[in-house]
Amino acid sequence: MKHCLERIGRFDGALNAFVSVTEDRALAQAAEADRRIAAGDATTLTGVPIAHKDIFCTAGVRTSCGSRMLDNFIAPYDATVVERLDAAGAIMLGKTNMDEFAMGSSNETSFYGAVLNPWDHDTVPGGSSGGSAAAVAARLVPGATGTDTGGSIRQPAALSGITGLKPTYGRVSRYGMIAFASSLDQAGTLTRTAEDAALLLEAMAGFDSRDSTSLDEPVPAYSQAIEEPLEALTIGVPENFFDEGLDAGNAAAVTAALGELQKHGATLKRIRLDNVHLSVPAYYVVAPAEASSNLSRFDGVRYGYRSPEAMNDDLNAFYKRNRGEGFGAEVRRRILIGAWVLSTGYYDAYYLKAQKVRQLISSDFARAFDEVDIVAGPTTPTPAFGLGQKTGDPVQMYLNDIYTIGANLAGLPAMSVPCGFSGGLPVGLQLIGPHLSEARLLQTAHHFQRATDWHARVPPGYD
Amino acid sequence: MSLNTKDIDKLCELARLAIRADEIADVSAKLSDIVALVDQLQSADTAGVPPMAHPLDRSQRLRADVVTEADERELFQENAALVERGLYLVPKVID
Amino acid sequence: MKFEAVIGLEIHTQLATESKIFSGAATRYGAEANTQACLVDLGYPGVLPVLNREAVLMAIRFGLATHCRIAERSVFARKNYFYPDLPKGYQISQYELPVVHGGYIDILCEDAVKRIGITRAHLEEDAGKSLHEDFQGMSGIDLNRAGTPLLEIVSEPDMRSAAEAGAYMRTIHTLVRYLGISDGNMQEGSYRCDANVSIRPRGATELGTRTELKNLNSFRFVEKAIEIEIDRQIDVVQSGGTVVQETRLYDSDRDETRSMRGKEEAEDYRYFPDPDLLPVMIDSALVEEQRAALPELPAEKRERFMSEYGLSAYDADILTASRALADYYEDCVGHSRAKPKLAANWVIGDLTAALNRAGLEIGESRVGAAELATLLERIDSGTISGKIAKDVFEAVWNGEGGVDEIIERRGLEQISDSASLEALVDEVVAANPAQVQQYRDGKTQVLGFFVGQVMKASQGRANPRQVNEILRAKLGG
Ligand SMILES: [Mg+2]
Ligand SMILES: [Zn+2]
Repeated sequence: MKHCLERIGRFDGALNAFVSVTEDRALAQAAEADRRIAAGDATTLTGVPIAHKDIFCTAGVRTSCGSRMLDNFIAPYDATVVERLDAAGAIMLGKTNMDEFAMGSSNETSFYGAVLNPWDHDTVPGGSSGGSAAAVAARLVPGATGTDTGGSIRQPAALSGITGLKPTYGRVSRYGMIAFASSLDQAGTLTRTAEDAALLLEAMAGFDSRDSTSLDEPVPAYSQAIEEPLEALTIGVPENFFDEGLDAGNAAAVTAALGELQKHGATLKRIRLDNVHLSVPAYYVVAPAEASSNLSRFDGVRYGYRSPEAMNDDLNAFYKRNRGEGFGAEVRRRILIGAWVLSTGYYDAYYLKAQKVRQLISSDFARAFDEVDIVAGPTTPTPAFGLGQKTGDPVQMYLNDIYTIGANLAGLPAMSVPCGFSGGLPVGLQLIGPHLSEARLLQTAHHFQRATDWHARVPPGYD
Repeated sequence: MSLNTKDIDKLCELARLAIRADEIADVSAKLSDIVALVDQLQSADTAGVPPMAHPLDRSQRLRADVVTEADERELFQENAALVERGLYLVPKVID
Repeated sequence: MKFEAVIGLEIHTQLATESKIFSGAATRYGAEANTQACLVDLGYPGVLPVLNREAVLMAIRFGLATHCRIAERSVFARKNYFYPDLPKGYQISQYELPVVHGGYIDILCEDAVKRIGITRAHLEEDAGKSLHEDFQGMSGIDLNRAGTPLLEIVSEPDMRSAAEAGAYMRTIHTLVRYLGISDGNMQEGSYRCDANVSIRPRGATELGTRTELKNLNSFRFVEKAIEIEIDRQIDVVQSGGTVVQETRLYDSDRDETRSMRGKEEAEDYRYFPDPDLLPVMIDSALVEEQRAALPELPAEKRERFMSEYGLSAYDADILTASRALADYYEDCVGHSRAKPKLAANWVIGDLTAALNRAGLEIGESRVGAAELATLLERIDSGTISGKIAKDVFEAVWNGEGGVDEIIERRGLEQISDSASLEALVDEVVAANPAQVQQYRDGKTQVLGFFVGQVMKASQGRANPRQVNEILRAKLGG
């Protein structure tokens, strides 16, 4: 733990992975962990240092969501995820940087500035859980929490060369996780290995009466399940994930990884996900629609940013000023698009249409899972791109998530596992499974990681 | 479909978001790009497809009618910009 | 041209749950500002709504009592708009699939029964309150009420007069209180309504342009406001104008309705299904369980009071206006062998008057049903006269003791013993020879004078029937 704090001190000035470092809280928790270890009632996570994406409310600690809007916000309560990891003995070292309100794929929309990719400081770590990804990749912490609405765990995990897991929608409680798009958001883990992901998920997952969309299903012992021998899997490989948009280096790395899985007895089967090309358009209707409504509560009345001049305004201008100044450009764009697709005259053509396309995409996966155990392919079309390279073109930025969004629309569990390099930058292999198949995904990833060492590679200068 | 300055104004009003005059052209251009992206949806044949509002095909769980929350006004109001006699203050509300 | 009005009402009734519709905060009225607003009610970042089962059950009971269909699948939607008393920037309500829809209720208006359609009733959360006094030109926001469960009951535009609208609102008010789903307290805002009003030439079938009268919170205001709005619309049309669709407020001080400027620009609420709340599934077992739990409804009770107790429609209507009053009445009748009609007269008359004077509810009556029953039996058996009974009632009300105790202590028992009565009559006859002569000359009306004198002499205790008989015998002789 001290080792981690020391590394944060050494490296984070440049990386900018942390928004807050909670040293006092960590020291207190470490003392408690020592006591438990001495008393002999330590659990698997006792004393394990972790970091939380700054989207999770943490009692008494600033919870900014990467936004000026919440720069002054001290959450009065702990998110369920935080509470459960605390209870399991993990030590919180701090809160990690993120795209503002989780809206971004490069971690450049944060009010606290961009996070750098430890593999190459001129590139982005991916987003929106970019701070968590960079912190784990740079070995500042062994594991961190993240959230994934359209790829926000898997995409930064892929770009930063680590293991990212987005569980089934509802597997982990959303209580205390600041909402971006409620029907897509899901909390998960960013770790070096599938083994660590299993340990964290085991502690985080499970029913929560405070989230009525959380699943009331037993939580398997993931950390044991992954050790079981890999049965002969049928892996579906969507041919339309290997189209002209996919970087050649990524394609080669992913293809090699699929070959490795074959060596472990898997059968590869080419499949088509016919509507997957519509996942980005469907997502950019559904997610902004929900976000525009979810973010209406930020008005400067009960908490959050209030412009110094706002009280001189009339009520209408008061709202507009607080929100206009409190939110950054990308968040504002998404709120406006969201308001538009729900407004009179456009609801049917956009919102309702997107919901129908969501159904089609979800059915594509359901059909696939009639024939295959899991679906595998690239996590992202390219390795990490340059800082500032896509900030001027939101649509280019959005297309980063072309392979990840489908799992969110359908509520499926999915992972990204390091599987090679392209141009010296990490490449991720994505595994997608049917609802509640986390154990099988983790097991597959674990066996892959026992046979390969991509996940063990450390960015130069960080060993 | 693209969004002009008037559309943006209307949306800013609906969403209560102030956008500076010098930003409007950029906002309008970028939103129009996004609209072009989402317009791809129109190519999908969705006749007879039921809309999917949620990834969970389950029903709402209900809670018992029990009071579980105590007064924590003081703690909650620490985050508020302006409070008087326990009330959150805002510019005058005109009905 | 003759016009007719077309009126539909949207009634908001607060459901009488302990906790809020989506949070575990208390719903108690009158608490200090913001002390009953928890994180969910305040719309804090990260918190989520969890639906109160009792609110759903109450809505089902309302639906069953109004012949509505209970939705097997019902959906919560967000209604998006900004207002300081709406912390999340949206109200969780229902839009396309309300919990109940498609029913009716019969109302009684000017002695005629009329059936009013109920389009739907949906669950939603209430907003907080803005206070405008004494904050240096600012407003203060109290969110205690935010999240209180509401049932919004939307009628068909089936009413044709202010009186019908008033009768409908009263009928629903009685019903929700019967069902125990709302206290209906209008001073506290637990029962309020919006009225949609339009006019059209009598006989026309299409609807005219309607205006919406907002937030009417008393039966009298509903009738007044609608009456005035109908007249205003007729004036507009007759002077060559057209009615504009708008929201109007009723000003009870000036007795006029006026346009709520600025609200004209139709709000775009951008309803969509709330992604935090999955569809509510209601199976038939639950519906049947709620049906079995329904109390006797006001209309059924009224019918039964007429057939079982032989009461007039008028009396039955009054006695069944609230479940508590009806229960009191039946309790009283059950305890006594007195005639139900006598009990009805007393409950509607003396008891109600006493309650009104003291500003008490029936449940707080200082004369209990059993005590009133005793009083009625004493009248029926001739122990005391109806007139004396009023004094006894007064004394019991004032806490001076029980019925029999007071009769006994004050010696109020009726004198029915013939010897004593004859002696009294003899005295009176002897003292009034002139009137005796008149009677004997055929002016038999003076009998009343003698009865009065005897009653006076007995301080009201003489049995009037016996006094009459004895007088006739003595004077006739
Ligand atoms: Mg309404
Ligand atoms: Zn309503």
